[in-house]
Amino acid sequence: MTRIIETVFESSRPGRKGYALPELDVPAVDCGAVLGKSCREKAPRLPEMAEVDVVRHFTRLSKLNYSVDEGFYPLGSCTMKYNPKVNEVAARMPGFARVHPLQPEETAQGALKLLFDLSGMLAEITGMDAVTLQPAAGAHGEQTGLMLIKAWHESRGEGKRTKVIVPDSAHGTNPASATVTGFETVEVASDEEGMVDLDSLKLLLDDTVAALMLTNPNTLGIFEKHILELTEAVHRAGGLVYYDGANLNAIMGKARPGDMGFDVLHLNLHKTFGTPHGGGGPGSGPVGVKAELEPFLPAPIVAFKGGRYTLVGKDERPKSIGRVRSFYGNFGVLVKAYAYIRALGPEGLKDASEMSVLNANYLAKKLGGLYPLAHKGHCMHEFVLNGGPLKRETGVSSLDVAKAVIEAGFHPPTIYFPLIVPEALMVEPTETESVETLDRFAQAMEDIVAKARSEGPEAFHGLPTTTPISRPDETMAARNPILRWQFEE
Amino acid sequence: MSRYTPATAEDRRRMLEYLGVGDLDDLYSGIPEKVRQKNLPDIPKALSEPEVLRNLRELAGANGNIDDLACFLGAGAYDHFIPAAVDSIISRGEFTTCYTPYQPEVSQGTLQAIFQYQTMVCELTGMEVSNASMYDGASAVAEAAVLAASATKKKKILWGQNVNPQTRDVLRTYCWSRSLEQGELPAAGGTVDQEALDAALSAGDVAALVVQSPSFFGTIEDLEALAEKLHQAEALLILSTDLLALGTLEAPGKLGADIVAGDGQTVGNPISFGGPAFGFIAVNKPLLRRMPGRICGQTVDSQGRRAFVLTLQAREQHIRREKATSNICSNQNLCIVAASVYFSLMGPQGLREVGEQIMAKTEYAVSRLEKSGKFRRAFPGVPHFREVALLSERPVAELNSRLLDAGIIGGYSLEPLYPGLKKGWLLAVTENRTKEEIDRLVAVAGGDAR
Repeated sequence: MTRIIETVFESSRPGRKGYALPELDVPAVDCGAVLGKSCREKAPRLPEMAEVDVVRHFTRLSKLNYSVDEGFYPLGSCTMKYNPKVNEVAARMPGFARVHPLQPEETAQGALKLLFDLSGMLAEITGMDAVTLQPAAGAHGEQTGLMLIKAWHESRGEGKRTKVIVPDSAHGTNPASATVTGFETVEVASDEEGMVDLDSLKLLLDDTVAALMLTNPNTLGIFEKHILELTEAVHRAGGLVYYDGANLNAIMGKARPGDMGFDVLHLNLHKTFGTPHGGGGPGSGPVGVKAELEPFLPAPIVAFKGGRYTLVGKDERPKSIGRVRSFYGNFGVLVKAYAYIRALGPEGLKDASEMSVLNANYLAKKLGGLYPLAHKGHCMHEFVLNGGPLKRETGVSSLDVAKAVIEAGFHPPTIYFPLIVPEALMVEPTETESVETLDRFAQAMEDIVAKARSEGPEAFHGLPTTTPISRPDETMAARNPILRWQFEE
Repeated sequence: MSRYTPATAEDRRRMLEYLGVGDLDDLYSGIPEKVRQKNLPDIPKALSEPEVLRNLRELAGANGNIDDLACFLGAGAYDHFIPAAVDSIISRGEFTTCYTPYQPEVSQGTLQAIFQYQTMVCELTGMEVSNASMYDGASAVAEAAVLAASATKKKKILWGQNVNPQTRDVLRTYCWSRSLEQGELPAAGGTVDQEALDAALSAGDVAALVVQSPSFFGTIEDLEALAEKLHQAEALLILSTDLLALGTLEAPGKLGADIVAGDGQTVGNPISFGGPAFGFIAVNKPLLRRMPGRICGQTVDSQGRRAFVLTLQAREQHIRREKATSNICSNQNLCIVAASVYFSLMGPQGLREVGEQIMAKTEYAVSRLEKSGKFRRAFPGVPHFREVALLSERPVAELNSRLLDAGIIGGYSLEPLYPGLKKGWLLAVTENRTKEEIDRLVAVAGGDAR
């Protein structure tokens, strides 16, 4: 089987086409006469292909991907759960996919009701007072949430609060989002259990602190046991507490960020609420807030007034930070998340969280004999293996292990994150995997560790061998960037 | 318990037994008692699949959709033709249900699709480098402004009033949050006011001007002249544009644009109440290392075979954390796969044919409306593409309501945001509109009685 697929540019043949438009039924015009010198002279070198060849090209490309639809994808912190097919059907209904975002409100009542109801359900699930659906992704949600925090402090004459505290175990987006919203990041250390060190935090809290950003359960899969003390300490110092919702999948129906003292949060609908990742998007990153921050939410918001759903813009919401995106967010993704929540209902959401935690603990115990675990006792929905000892003992790195996991037919765990665990392997099985799948994966990991001990790192460097390509030369890619197809001139 | 969770009661029992715990709640013992949720969330009870479909069909049915209504509304979202093969390809689970291609050995499909997309954007824009996508046009333009400020080490961002109002809103939000100064230039003649621009540039503190072409009014700017002015003032030209229009309009890279960004809804993505589609951003090599977001590059594997990887990641949040050029992580990947299928089907000829049909149909509609005596062009003599600002004799609300009764979604009402354009009506005519629909529009909008 050929696994190196011609690019569409190589497949192109002059004169082929994959489209047909109706014959022009009005008088033709001359481009130059309409556009003058702005009329394009030289055509872009887009491929010229027949429909069948385009379909085969992309179908072949698709087969080079590993996906959740194909198998187990225990990528820590990414919540690669199964994405229900009915949600795809729903988002494609003409009454959603073929609705113009600016058409008269009276002709978009169904879409507005869906947005209104979804905001309400997300607020209820998380214990917040209001939710905006505008942010397009998790990091976009973080950015929006931090803007809300900035606006809130500014409105109180506290613009001097320029610092955001982030644990050393945090996702990379947290400090990056702080920077892009004009904050300075201060790191707080974790204690030996992997939780935020309360005393270290207290030392950092002064009147320059705008917020603490926390993921809970954190990236080690541990629930912060001092969560109330942490949020209270920040509040006492005049700061706000931000919840990174990347790990909400552990606690739906079990605990709510709003009850833990969080003031602002974002959710990743493409993690917790079953919408597909699409190879890196589109996602959706709704932001929830407590009542005090509600006036600052991006405009417009959807309201229910006088028996109908309506958009309320910035003119009626003077404190709003404004827009962070055009229109109302990734609507098609919101339809899928809405369908997911309606399918599961309250018990189903709680059960999803419980099973994600049961699966993680089951797998953690199975793998705990092979690797030291970064947590003590029970974990939540994910756990981190410390690959340091195996590396010291055998020379086999977590990158090598990841490639061997690919060879065994699974997607590897997240590697080298969180940064506080050496050679970290972060495993998140999710609730949508059967116990047989977990057993198979555990067996594969056991075989890999045995191989590391008996054969050493050399046996790994050629892996994977069964994939469309072997290990690519990433250094060459960065040193001599080829970022587009090079046409023969 | 739900149909998406395979564990049976027996599985659960055995797993709990293996763990040596009594029940599921024991696994949550790490959560302090005080924050444990006592009641289930108060949301509607679970629905079976037929019930979910019924519920969503009901909501969808409460919306007018543009299969049933002839859409002459644009203002940032457009009804363009999408060949059926596009949705067929992006419905494949192999594209839909995978993560960001961080493991290149099992992600070559997504990576090659990104590489091809980047090439297509470079070809259309005439720029040297494209990234793998942004959230949408508005946020892509805002990120372009941030990039320009960091590249020029200046803090002031200008834009014309003819830039899409939502893009301007997002620019304002981003500029505020990054402490950049903002300046808005009038565009009373449909294009950016040259005297106002000269005056704004004279202080030497401008990082960039954001120009939209085709503008919010559909007008075409003279990019060459603008680029020259900006470069003299050591400022950058950021162009907000549309990839579909670039099949017909001159490549902005040839005209001196420094950053080209915009929205990709027009190329293969359904209008979907405003999302998801994607934003694009393209630059020339000197700005490459400041580019936000993911970039795919070509390399070889250990056996010397062509391979694709995410590259230049030292710009990105997962490596650089607080020093990253942007915080973007998830982008809009599946939507750029859709765009690349669209471009492969249409080819240069198809894209040009779409453009020519748009120009012909726009001219036809506008000349018929002018002939009715009830409309005139707001910016006569200024070239335009796909959208035209008209001044109506009749109040726009009344006009649009009459059209809606006739099964037509009328144009965008300009007066609320542009008080100078009294009874201004922004009409969009895409290749999807037929002569019959245009004639019907003219009959209702240009007619005297109901």
